[in-house]
Amino acid sequence: MSATDLIALTAAEAAEQLRHGHVSQTELFDAYRERAAADRAAADDGLNAYTWVADAAPAETGAAHDAPLHGVPLAVKDLFCTEGVPSQSGSRILAGYRPPYTAHVVEQLERAGSTLLGKTNQDEFAMGSSNENSAFGPVRNPWDRERVPGGSSGGSAAAVAAGLAPWALGTDTGGSIRQPAALCGIVGLKPTYGSVSRYGMIAFASSLDQAGPFTRDVTDAALLYRHMVGRDERDSTSLAHPDAIELPKGVDLKGIRLGVPEELTGEGIESGVREAFNATLALAEQLGATVETTHLPHAPHALSAYYLIAPAEASSNLARFDGVRYGHRTQDPDDLLDMYVRTRAEGFGPEVKRRIMLGTYALSSGYYDAYYGRAQKVRTKISEDFRAAFGSFDFIVTPTAPTVAFRLGEKTADPLEMYLQDFCTVPMSLAGIPAISIPNGLSDGLPVGFQIAGPAFSENRLLNAAYVLEQALGFDGTAPRQNGGGLA
Amino acid sequence: MIDRAQVLHVAKLARLDLADDEVDAMARELSAVLDHVERIGELELDDVPATSHVVDVVNALRPDEPRPSLPRERALENAPEVVDDGFGVPSPGAAS
Amino acid sequence: MSTAYEPVIGLEIHVQLKTKTKMFCGCELSFGDPPTVHTCPVCLGLPGALPVVNARAIHYALMVGMALGCELAPRSIFHRKNYFYPDLPKGYQVSQYDIPICSGGHLGDVRIHRAHLEEDAAKLIHVGSSGRIHGADASVVDFNRGGTPLVEIVTEPDVKSAAQAREWLTLLRTTLRQLGVSDVNMEEGSLRCDANVSIRPVGSDVLGTKTELKNMNSFRYLERGVEAEIARQIALVESGEEVVQETLHYDPVSGAISSLRSKEEAHDYRYFPEPDLVPVVLTEEMIAAARAELPELPAQRAERYEQQLGLSADSARLFAFRSELGDYFEAALASDADTGDGGAQPLANWISGELVARIGDEDPASSKVTPQAIAQLAALVRSKAVTQGAAKQVLDRLVADGGEPNAIVEAEGLGAIGGGDELADVVKRALESDPAAVEKLKAGNMKAIGPIVGFVMRETKGRADGGEVNRLVREQLGL
Repeated sequence: MSATDLIALTAAEAAEQLRHGHVSQTELFDAYRERAAADRAAADDGLNAYTWVADAAPAETGAAHDAPLHGVPLAVKDLFCTEGVPSQSGSRILAGYRPPYTAHVVEQLERAGSTLLGKTNQDEFAMGSSNENSAFGPVRNPWDRERVPGGSSGGSAAAVAAGLAPWALGTDTGGSIRQPAALCGIVGLKPTYGSVSRYGMIAFASSLDQAGPFTRDVTDAALLYRHMVGRDERDSTSLAHPDAIELPKGVDLKGIRLGVPEELTGEGIESGVREAFNATLALAEQLGATVETTHLPHAPHALSAYYLIAPAEASSNLARFDGVRYGHRTQDPDDLLDMYVRTRAEGFGPEVKRRIMLGTYALSSGYYDAYYGRAQKVRTKISEDFRAAFGSFDFIVTPTAPTVAFRLGEKTADPLEMYLQDFCTVPMSLAGIPAISIPNGLSDGLPVGFQIAGPAFSENRLLNAAYVLEQALGFDGTAPRQNGGGLA
Repeated sequence: MIDRAQVLHVAKLARLDLADDEVDAMARELSAVLDHVERIGELELDDVPATSHVVDVVNALRPDEPRPSLPRERALENAPEVVDDGFGVPSPGAAS
Repeated sequence: MSTAYEPVIGLEIHVQLKTKTKMFCGCELSFGDPPTVHTCPVCLGLPGALPVVNARAIHYALMVGMALGCELAPRSIFHRKNYFYPDLPKGYQVSQYDIPICSGGHLGDVRIHRAHLEEDAAKLIHVGSSGRIHGADASVVDFNRGGTPLVEIVTEPDVKSAAQAREWLTLLRTTLRQLGVSDVNMEEGSLRCDANVSIRPVGSDVLGTKTELKNMNSFRYLERGVEAEIARQIALVESGEEVVQETLHYDPVSGAISSLRSKEEAHDYRYFPEPDLVPVVLTEEMIAAARAELPELPAQRAERYEQQLGLSADSARLFAFRSELGDYFEAALASDADTGDGGAQPLANWISGELVARIGDEDPASSKVTPQAIAQLAALVRSKAVTQGAAKQVLDRLVADGGEPNAIVEAEGLGAIGGGDELADVVKRALESDPAAVEKLKAGNMKAIGPIVGFVMRETKGRADGGEVNRLVREQLGL
């Protein structure tokens, strides 16, 4: 099989070919590795999707041959710790850091037969919606290199969209899987909080962070997610998924009730995005679903609650970067305090500093109740809103992001405008419920995402509904693969 | 709204050295964000419980059984400064 | 006219729990091992590592709470206490804050405010100007100790003197040792005590400004430090100055008290619920398991000694609070079936008086005097087979060389000289040797019997019974 044919395979198809011996592990790995390495070497001409690419295919091992994902390469967001391999969370403060242990979910996927292809670029400490906040340079959108891929898992999204990886791991705190998936025209699943262990994920906001798959189609998302779930005794907040994850096989949406929340589908949604969304609602009805307007009364406040809770937790999570045990330390500090303040000032980028400041302020004496405390209460109301909605609807649907991919630098001057990118994705994060973004056609030649959210642990039903829509939509995502990466 | 003095106080709590022009920019940007997020002040939330966990898990306890520790070389391999088999730092006494 | 002041003292005690592993990871606890051999991603605060609560630490905290009569929180949570220090790997300490696992309660006459779980900091060792770190004195952080489970016990300000502080801490230590939850060794740091001290005019119920006194790493230093701080505060107030709320360091060598942190640095710990941990919700099983492991506690033990054995309150408290003495006493008591009525107190006196005078703070169980030997000795005295004086000589021998009292009495000829002719002869010689004393005695001045008894005791090497000598003197002089 030619390299072009190999990278045309979905991960599920590749796994099948490997199982039958039609394709060798090395052959497949090298096809991707060469593309990934070329992109990395291409510097400004490439997508800058990777921060590290494996040197060589791992040795063929007969033993794991019957492992379900045997030989399927995996790209992993930089913030997952991988033993002996750079794990820098997109930050200068961790430049060159090679941890002495591997994240639980990566370990689990390796046990299932995956091989580590590379580490993908991201916004520093997962803070951003455009992947322009990486210490290792911005990632470019494979559909249009002048545009952002979304963030914070922009490297993973771009790599999968451009055929530099069959699939990839990302993390989603307020939309960091769904929004880049939408902007790059691929599938991104943010699972139920707690269903995937966070052990070994360099934390942004602990009560919101969740790992999930980036894939070309919904079937691959189900397949990868199937091997990510499970209770991990090293993560106190992890839970066993009540169901085995099935590969989707639905044919229609008969009896499915879709709720369209007015608060998340009105003002601020770009017209092209809105048209694509409405068209898909009509399609869903043709497939047998009922579509009705509903309300999430507190959703307009979700972004505010999120931009208090996430920075507050981040300010604490990032206190460990102090120049004592690992990472950057400033040269020749005068004393301890000087070491702290300069190490951190040099190591963190502007957006990270902004969020540390915001979070520190929100937790500080005299402000806790008005900010963090209130935000936690808003969180309760948002969960209640969803619970009420799921009493009448199977799923809540919205556009994933209010716009298509914007130009590099377009929103960097105004943090608040950038934060508004997360408008439709943040409520689900606060409620800890699963949501998936699937490609919803193009607007002005750029991909649009359709978001479907369900109750906690409803992933099987969610994936089925997404699959039915995906089949009906018939989105062709091959364009960015044709000229993806440094092979352009 | 957050002013220069508050920015400097918070920066000290967060152990961040901000250059003079950064302080002004930070005050401006944080004020804009706070202006937006403060809208949650409009909500009536008196009897609403706070959510710190969305997961319904309690008592995630670990049996008191030893697990292997890292070999010392591994524990120290990323250290900026190793002194006497530990992590070297400027003395706290010199900081106050 | 000078005002009289009374101190108001509250104590904060950190107790290292004797679990096998740390509070939030599986690294083994250690004391005295070389640096950086008990660390892992969790207790080094590596990026991505997550804490998981040690079930045994919860169990021990419940036992402590029960022993102190606390209310146990049906649901407690952990918070993050945020501050930067090199011995704090994550930039925050995981500790219980507004919902501690234990609250209320009392031990003896001091009320307990709360008892909560937290993780210990690492060890920071100052190595001086090594030249290895530019421009500053260097310190080394050893994370072996970092993450050791601690119970922090906070009392109400019920302590009224430095001596009471010391005595109460002794009771607490015994209680914790009895529970088996900690080594409670102040020198090694497994028991650490800070004191909040303020003073007020006697009779006032307004609390004065308090200071927090740290670093008193022995019972003696606690008492001295608190004493010194009370004196310092009285001197300040009397000279018209004000006590400033601050953290103080007591230097046991010089006796000096100095400010530990500059007061400008207001602390803002930015507490918030630890999102990486979930609540601890007590189950019937957890409570039953803790209750099942509760031993007899000092207060109960003292009561038993008083009620059942008829010991004096002082003896009962001593044996109850110094449990090693209590254990030894009980072993001695058990070895002598005839102790019976009224015999327990004399035996207790032999242990608490004569034996302790000879071995000091040492655990009697590790001395050469077996509980059987001390019981036998007390029995010999009780049956008048040896005199008090001779018995003390026997005890000297026991402490030095061990052995059996009967054999020592036999070998040394220390058996009491009874009422027979032998003692009558010695008394007769004593009277003959001191005619002046005899005159005085005959004139009714009984104080003059002293030299006569002294003579007899010298002659008999203390084996004579004082009462018998007295009787013989009267008999022979016809008084």
